[in-house]
Amino acid sequence: MPSLTLLGQSVVSGLLAGGLYALLALGLSLSWGLLRLVNLGYFALAFLGAYLTYQLGTVGGLAPWTAVLLILPLFFVLGVGLHAVFTWFRVREFTSLLVTFGVTVIIESLIQWYWTADFRRYETPYASLSFRLGPLFVPALELLACLTAAALALGTWAWLRFTYVGKALRASAEDPAIAAAFGVNHRAQAFLLSGVAAAYAAVAGGYIALISTLAPSQMWAWLGVVFAVVIIGGLANPIGALGAGLLIGVSESVTMAVVAPAWAPLVSFSILIGLLVLRPGRA
Amino acid sequence: MSGHSRRVAVGLVAAGLALSALPALGVPAFYESFLFLVFFWVSLATSWSFLSGYAGYFSFGHGAFFGAGVYTTATLTAGFAVPFLASLPAAAAVSALLAVGIGAVVFRVRRLRGELFGLLTIAITFVLATIVLNTKIDGGPGVYLSAVPLPRLVASPTGTMYLLGLGLALLSVTTAYAVTRSRLGLGLFAIHDDEDVAEVKGVPTFRYKLAAFALSAAVAGVAGGIYAVYVSYVTVGETFAITVPLYVVLMSILGGARHWLGPAVGAAIITASLYAFTGGNTAVLGRAVVALGLILVILLLPDGIVVALLARGGAWRRRGAAAPTVPSRDVPIATAHPLLAAPVAASPDRGPVPAPTSAHDGAPAAAVLVCEDVWRAFGGIQALRGVGLSLGRGEIVGLVGPNGSGKTTLINVISGHYAADRGRIALDGAPLTGRPAHAIARLGVARTYQIPRPFGHLSALDNVALAATFGTVPCALVAARAEARAWLDFTGLGRRAMALPGELNLHERKFLELARALAARPRVILLDEVLSGLNSAEMGSAIGLIREIRGRGTTILFVEHVMRAVLELSDRIVVLNEGEVIAAGRPGEVMRDPHVVQVYLGKTHAA
Repeated sequence: MPSLTLLGQSVVSGLLAGGLYALLALGLSLSWGLLRLVNLGYFALAFLGAYLTYQLGTVGGLAPWTAVLLILPLFFVLGVGLHAVFTWFRVREFTSLLVTFGVTVIIESLIQWYWTADFRRYETPYASLSFRLGPLFVPALELLACLTAAALALGTWAWLRFTYVGKALRASAEDPAIAAAFGVNHRAQAFLLSGVAAAYAAVAGGYIALISTLAPSQMWAWLGVVFAVVIIGGLANPIGALGAGLLIGVSESVTMAVVAPAWAPLVSFSILIGLLVLRPGRA
Repeated sequence: MSGHSRRVAVGLVAAGLALSALPALGVPAFYESFLFLVFFWVSLATSWSFLSGYAGYFSFGHGAFFGAGVYTTATLTAGFAVPFLASLPAAAAVSALLAVGIGAVVFRVRRLRGELFGLLTIAITFVLATIVLNTKIDGGPGVYLSAVPLPRLVASPTGTMYLLGLGLALLSVTTAYAVTRSRLGLGLFAIHDDEDVAEVKGVPTFRYKLAAFALSAAVAGVAGGIYAVYVSYVTVGETFAITVPLYVVLMSILGGARHWLGPAVGAAIITASLYAFTGGNTAVLGRAVVALGLILVILLLPDGIVVALLARGGAWRRRGAAAPTVPSRDVPIATAHPLLAAPVAASPDRGPVPAPTSAHDGAPAAAVLVCEDVWRAFGGIQALRGVGLSLGRGEIVGLVGPNGSGKTTLINVISGHYAADRGRIALDGAPLTGRPAHAIARLGVARTYQIPRPFGHLSALDNVALAATFGTVPCALVAARAEARAWLDFTGLGRRAMALPGELNLHERKFLELARALAARPRVILLDEVLSGLNSAEMGSAIGLIREIRGRGTTILFVEHVMRAVLELSDRIVVLNEGEVIAAGRPGEVMRDPHVVQVYLGKTHAA
């Protein structure tokens, strides 16, 4: 049995890692739950965002924050454009998964073509920044990522709950025909949501660039965990996604500390399988 | 054997013979290796379609079964010195058992369909990978198989692998063809379109899904076993990578997942195009081009290349043929079908429809269907509260009541779609309660749906043939199709046999519902508002049809709001209100019952 400090430390790093899971899960959860589109492309977009942040930082000398601010509108447009394709071809839930898989492969190939398959590391002074909390060690960047995820999740929740756009989106997800009969312009709102979700991928990408080592194929590594987070959190439920992200992050890092690092994936996937099979009354 | 199957068999044998001669011709090993990869992907993609293409249970976990095969062969040959070929049946068995184990749990949960099933299978793949990585099966460094002796089918090792790959590819494509032409295949197609209806029409959905899953996994397992020795060094990372399930899905969709040859064509195209871009940066860009092509095909040809080509070929041939037959869409049913003409010609080997032993005078004869004290709740809503009723042989009983009174729920409970919470239902003394819906259908209960629920991708003929082949007198598909034609003629849909349900109008679809119910040769038929939405001419022909059905000795319980029809047809009427039977008896008496009037029209009118 590891010491209490080690256990505490693994809980802290699990919570922080979970924030990044939640950040990636947000866009997927929104588009799946509200637009009935399962968009694998978010992983690719997040990595594209990460590489762009890296490029603007190492070659252009831009601070990561400025880089992300520049990338945000670009990604918003990309998200809207992709949704235009979906609408034009009347893409359904399942087809969206296949099409966005294709999109992911294209983006992955382009990244690999331009930046090669080698590992890239974006060295910034922030990476080593950290502070101590009693006996525990808290890296500043990870904390910031986690706080950003929490802020975005809360903001999105409030947006869906209290604004007209949010209510209209939720009504359209329940029953598009009835919502349309009540004058909800589903299409305009769907474009807005797609853009926002893609912009979230840019934010996640900025943090991925700062925190982890980049390689094009890494985007597939996030797939399973993030899907687990989306399902466990409940579709179109930002707070749920945040909670699920933290839960999975902690359970993974505690498993790494207590058992062995290589067993970590078993935790999130077993939780996912258990929930799918046992959870009653879920859609 | 039909002409089509003979042509397919000849084609497969010819292709097999021609391709198996290749190693003897001294072709460079490069081509053998390339073709081996094509065969490998053909086998994997085709096996995936058994469950996921035909039954619509999209699995992203084909890598799990492939991986189970890889590691079974790796463990047996490297660890226990089992001969390579002897390890392949074991690989098939391990993968099939894994599938049956997963299916036995997952297929019992109704909501685990669609994308949730897909996710579940991804998760299972990762769990399996983690277990293999962290146990002695692999342990981390991978397993070397280069020392495993190869059987010498031909002189060169690549030739031997080529022949094994060819054999497996032929086996899987032949299996695919056989399945799509069988009752199993028809049942799986029906599950794809509407699983609940398939079950109610007599398809043992749970068993069929398990069978398809096991078959699919077994082929993937053998493919894994062969591939393990082909690459001669296996790692968890490569084996359980996302590439296997995703390529398999894409190949099948590209070619057409519901066609027996579709996945094979898709696999050949994708493998060849990936191979065309090898080496350096062209490989990377090539992958992007393949992905783009894939997006375009999915968006533009959603049914796959093979189906699109067949449709085009069909249209071309029809244009060439003389005197195309115009579908008789607007011919009134009343004149189109011979209501009072000769009875349906039952196919000789199945015997005649049981003769009527009816009681037209209204007194219940020997009870066929008995419900006693049937209860059913949905959450807090008590939909049925101790319903009791019995149907005499050959009777027509009208079941009426306000909306929400539990009529359709009662039909759903009798047909087994919902289980009763309490109470007893019996058909000719045999208890129905507790039996699965498909077993109830086989015992002789058929139903129609108020809003027709035909299998959207099956022709009208196959919709009816499915009911016949899984009905009370199970029969082979060929006999079932012949029988289905007779029932389509009986309901006036004879000329629409090859139409898809989407091409039928509402009253044709309602009559298709009837034909499906009749083709099962039920003892009791439950009609759920067959008349609603029909105009008065159509209604007249429907009423005639219902009489005709009773004339053949079938007992009928029909739910209806059209009072004219209820009074005209029913020997007895049962009135349901808030889940309770409040009146039962002859039509005239029941409709004068003050309680019934009150329920229908409100208190003031009851006086």
